[in-house]
Amino acid sequence: MTLAVAQLAAVVATALFIFSLHWMNDPNTARRGVVAGVTGMSIAVAATWIQPEIVHHGWIVAAIVAGFIVGVPLSLVPLTAVPQRTALSHSFGGLAAGLVGTAEYFLGLGENPAQLTAFRMSAIVAEVILGFLTFTGSLMAAGKLQEIKWIPQRPVTYPGQNVVNIGVLVIAVALGVLVVVHPTAAWSGQVFYAIVGLAVLFGVLLIIPIGGADMPTVISILNSYAGLSAVAMGFVLNNKLLVTAGALDGSSGLILSIIMCRAMNRSFTNVLFGAFGTVQKTAALGEQKAWKQETVEGAAQLLEQASHVVVIPGYGMAVAQAQHKVRELYDQLTKRGVTVKFAIHPVAGRMPGHMNVLLAEADIPYTALVEMEEINPEMPQCDVALVIGANDVVNPAARYAKGSPIYGMPIIDADKAKTVLAIKRSKNPGFAGIDNELYVQDNTWMLFGDAKTVVGDLVKQFGSGGLH
Amino acid sequence: MIDGLMAVQTAPAEPAGDYWSMLFVFVLATFIGLGVIRRVSRLLYTPLMSLTNAISAIAVVGSIVVAGADYPRAIRIIGAVALFASMTNIVSGFLITDRMLKMFKKQ
Repeated sequence: MTLAVAQLAAVVATALFIFSLHWMNDPNTARRGVVAGVTGMSIAVAATWIQPEIVHHGWIVAAIVAGFIVGVPLSLVPLTAVPQRTALSHSFGGLAAGLVGTAEYFLGLGENPAQLTAFRMSAIVAEVILGFLTFTGSLMAAGKLQEIKWIPQRPVTYPGQNVVNIGVLVIAVALGVLVVVHPTAAWSGQVFYAIVGLAVLFGVLLIIPIGGADMPTVISILNSYAGLSAVAMGFVLNNKLLVTAGALDGSSGLILSIIMCRAMNRSFTNVLFGAFGTVQKTAALGEQKAWKQETVEGAAQLLEQASHVVVIPGYGMAVAQAQHKVRELYDQLTKRGVTVKFAIHPVAGRMPGHMNVLLAEADIPYTALVEMEEINPEMPQCDVALVIGANDVVNPAARYAKGSPIYGMPIIDADKAKTVLAIKRSKNPGFAGIDNELYVQDNTWMLFGDAKTVVGDLVKQFGSGGLH
Repeated sequence: MIDGLMAVQTAPAEPAGDYWSMLFVFVLATFIGLGVIRRVSRLLYTPLMSLTNAISAIAVVGSIVVAGADYPRAIRIIGAVALFASMTNIVSGFLITDRMLKMFKKQ
């Protein structure tokens, strides 16, 4: 009877999860998706908990309470920290899978060796390798995003790195095959620990050479791994709901990874083994053109006389916490009949879609946020392109400079606008560590300073009546 | 002792056919996932990721069994830690998704 309840609950939960993702196709229905997800989850948990084999309820209650104690504060982090939180949750997902896989193996070994069939052992090994590499890999990624001191931000590379990394993974898989063939030999337990250790090590090694502009892609790939480890757990526990939910997560990570890779014109293997973001030493080419600086008054005048303004925000805007000032500028300009749009590059920010969330938090209507492919054909008609804290995503070198690490990456055509205003904190190069010739173009005017201060000063120009 | 445990095992040496049906479910679910995710609004990729995170924390059902069944203590401790990790993802994942989605306004 309770088994039938569990089966029915799993079917209902699966359907709710699919609806949950389906409703994410429109910001209007998206919150319904959360309700569906929570409902599905509650049903599945309740149906599992009432099974007669569950006898130690205290432990479950304690773990759930602890989950709430840690989970609630984690959901209240500032939106700039959402990428770290996401990486951390991939890491928790990986850990859970790895631990359950370990528990299932030793349970089988100790109590019921007949259970450790070749198929089940393969699933356990896959679950443990994927789980633990996602655990440490995501922890590393979270650390890099949080800019923890002892985790280097910039990619760390050394000769033979790829050979070492792939070697570690190959040994782990080879040992995995060994325990699949001999699951109950006297030494199998030790080999199993070795697999866990190698997977933990591989996760760290995998992320060390990756950094900077590749973080959105890395987060997406780790998302996929976290999903796949849940799938493997489903195989181990013979649970179709787990397989389905894990597959949904895995395919979401896969699609986002592909989109992120395309947005940077790079392949998976290139991201994982290419060590992007190392500072180019050959960058000093030809004559250095001079910047042209503009005053805040002049810039405000340019904006006011424009009829079509495109704002191109980058992560620098979020770091300076300038979104709310940008919103005020948006209000002032739209009030004066200026059409203002925001051009969003797919990799703007530090995870897929990050920039949209940061702007939405500042109450900028999502109808004003335009994707790169849609805005680019309009750029020649744009009177003023206002670049705020963006750099590599507007660098024209991506179109032709073959030696540049960003060569081939699709960019927002800021340079095609009639006038470009660029707010920049300092004269240093961006995340990818390369110069940007947009800033020395004939129609570009620079505003140096902290994005929040500069945009705030621009807003004051409109507010103070300095301009009628 | 062994007999008692046999009774509570969730997967007592299933026939191979079961694994094939699992594989079947996996392949179909992946295709459904690809189809549904491809239609997700590009504005919402960040909340999408926290939502799928929370959903894949359905792994919690596995952890509940490992932590709550009549297994040796060491196994149950591992299960409780896994349960805690999944639960954290469920709670923070759904809450932060909703928090972000609330911010998306038309005008």
